[in-house]
Amino acid sequence: MNARTLYDKLWDAHVVRRRDDGSCLLYIDRQLVHEVTSPQAFDGLRLAQREVWRQAANLATADHNVPTTDRSRGIADPVSRVQVETLDNNCAEFGITEFKMGDIRQGIVHVIGPEEGATLPGMTVVCGDSHTSTHGALGALAFGIGTSEVEHALATQCLVQKKSKNMLVSVDGRVGPGVTAKDIVLAIISEIGTAGGTGYAIEFGGEAIHALSVEGRMTVCNMAIEAGARAGMVAVDEQTIEYVRGRPYAPKGDLWELAVSAWRDLHSDADAKFDHIVRLGAASIKPQVTWGTSPEMVVAVDARVPDPAQESDPVKREGMTRALHYMALQAGTPITEIKVDKVFIGSCTNSRIEDLRAAAAVAQGHKKADNVKQVLIVPGSGLVKQQAEQEGLDEIFTAAGFEWREPGCSMCLAMNADRLEPGERCASTSNRNFEGRQGAGGRTHLVSPAMAAAAAVAGHFVDVREWH
Amino acid sequence: MEKLTALTGLVAPLDRANVDTDQIIPKQYLKSIHRAGFGPTLFDDWRYLDPGEPGMDHSQRRINPAFVLNQSRYQGAQILLARDNFGCGSSREHAPWALLDYGFRVIIAPSYADIFFNNCFNNGILPIVLPASIMDRLFRETLATPGYQLSVDLAAQRVTTPSGESFGFEIDEFRKYKLLNGLDDIGLSLQHAEAIKAYEARRRVEAPWLFLGM
Repeated sequence: MNARTLYDKLWDAHVVRRRDDGSCLLYIDRQLVHEVTSPQAFDGLRLAQREVWRQAANLATADHNVPTTDRSRGIADPVSRVQVETLDNNCAEFGITEFKMGDIRQGIVHVIGPEEGATLPGMTVVCGDSHTSTHGALGALAFGIGTSEVEHALATQCLVQKKSKNMLVSVDGRVGPGVTAKDIVLAIISEIGTAGGTGYAIEFGGEAIHALSVEGRMTVCNMAIEAGARAGMVAVDEQTIEYVRGRPYAPKGDLWELAVSAWRDLHSDADAKFDHIVRLGAASIKPQVTWGTSPEMVVAVDARVPDPAQESDPVKREGMTRALHYMALQAGTPITEIKVDKVFIGSCTNSRIEDLRAAAAVAQGHKKADNVKQVLIVPGSGLVKQQAEQEGLDEIFTAAGFEWREPGCSMCLAMNADRLEPGERCASTSNRNFEGRQGAGGRTHLVSPAMAAAAAVAGHFVDVREWH
Repeated sequence: MEKLTALTGLVAPLDRANVDTDQIIPKQYLKSIHRAGFGPTLFDDWRYLDPGEPGMDHSQRRINPAFVLNQSRYQGAQILLARDNFGCGSSREHAPWALLDYGFRVIIAPSYADIFFNNCFNNGILPIVLPASIMDRLFRETLATPGYQLSVDLAAQRVTTPSGESFGFEIDEFRKYKLLNGLDDIGLSLQHAEAIKAYEARRRVEAPWLFLGM
């Protein structure tokens, strides 16, 4: 057989049927379901009197709408409450396992999948959520879909898909101290642009990627979609296998051995052909801070806000000018002089235990700056929260004046009560700095957890490499 | 899904790149559990001067006169001109639902984000790709000509201007067939139920750990 990429292998293993036009009926091993993009899919099933094809292939949780404060009285917003109750009812009616609010396993869908061993190497994983690419960190083919496709996957356990092209993003060498997975992926987006991965599945490789923990790889794959690629992935190595071992839904005993032997083949063959290869030197990557309203509008923390006058492409120049206006920034301002009003540490990008440890290491023994109105620490799941509390991280945060919250998507997209007010500026560990993303009129700067914690203490962006 | 064969319609120009789905339909409206009713809040943050929430009477809100779709000459538009990477960001299908509910059946842009592009076809919207140089001309002509209309013929895969100039576009055969006939995927895929079952039977032997209970 010809040399194949990791993506080729994952794709080939899931083809049920090939059409003449090259599109395929692709089998889906796992679908993750949340409350926002599923109600209309379940409605569609009811209308057509269809059943769920394989109930056990699905796992549901409520994450976007859930409050991160006291949950004992349920959800105050009646519209959010109806949406979460609708998920509960649909899961009960169609026989789908759900981690409800109040279950310690509840959390952000992309945190709980790997945490539970519900998403595994070699799987096809889909969810009505663009950040499904996260699960590719395990050596899976994972991508976001729309609600019509959620319904399709529920009804048929398949999707009609056309294969993407293969891209390799190789991050060679090692990053310096203080430079994290978040900085690596922002540097990649800066290099290839927010549409650079459109039409491709991206495999992230190179020494710097394999030096990352599996959680760090999740941060990188999570933002593949911010580079335009539906799917991002990393080859399976020993770290992947050790990460999966012993998780609740991971195989055990003989089945584990069988699975591991199959997973060891989940890497691109040495002479596999990629349609496009991008190489970055890890050593030159610095902590990153976005300055605009697209993730590609990003610079190193020691740089200045760029000047649209230097941009030759008129559409780009216009976009930069509009972004600076929205962000209320002047070209030429040093990034470290930008003050923040709020800080958000959480989201499917950066709410895992290692992220919280990194933020706590910076915050320990410090207080938030007086000009910072609020610092939210929102763990990715009930289990991450429990682990952090066992390690005493919550005490470090509360001593610093940060707020320790319940798990959910929270201020990444502000569908619950956590949001920016118009004009507020936020250092955020989330994935999108779009206009209004964290609240109408809010201004978002994407950074790593350590950089966010440092900004909370200093009141403005600082280079975490110089943090004491 | 409503079929789409040919359409001659008023054109509206949205002259900015990287329009994300958070702009097409902001998050607070995603709390709806229905497919319909998103039209009044399409491009909500740009279209209105006051903040919007679900359940409001949007006809009573303050309109932003500077936003292109609020200009009287574009009322009733069915074709939207856009720039590169239209529909990037979130996978929310509420974005095509909002465009459709507003009245758009055709979008013309130099490029789209993958998930949004796919979602359009599942809702009877035709996203046409034309090169940037042609897009520049269409934007210019639309701005210069009140009442500017384009004709789109899906069967012939052509876009024709009022002056009779015509541009071909590419479309995947299967997607074209589905749009022309108003077919959705699920019924078509279920015609292959036996193939799906056979695949599952093979995989249960090859990779049994994939079928552990959830």
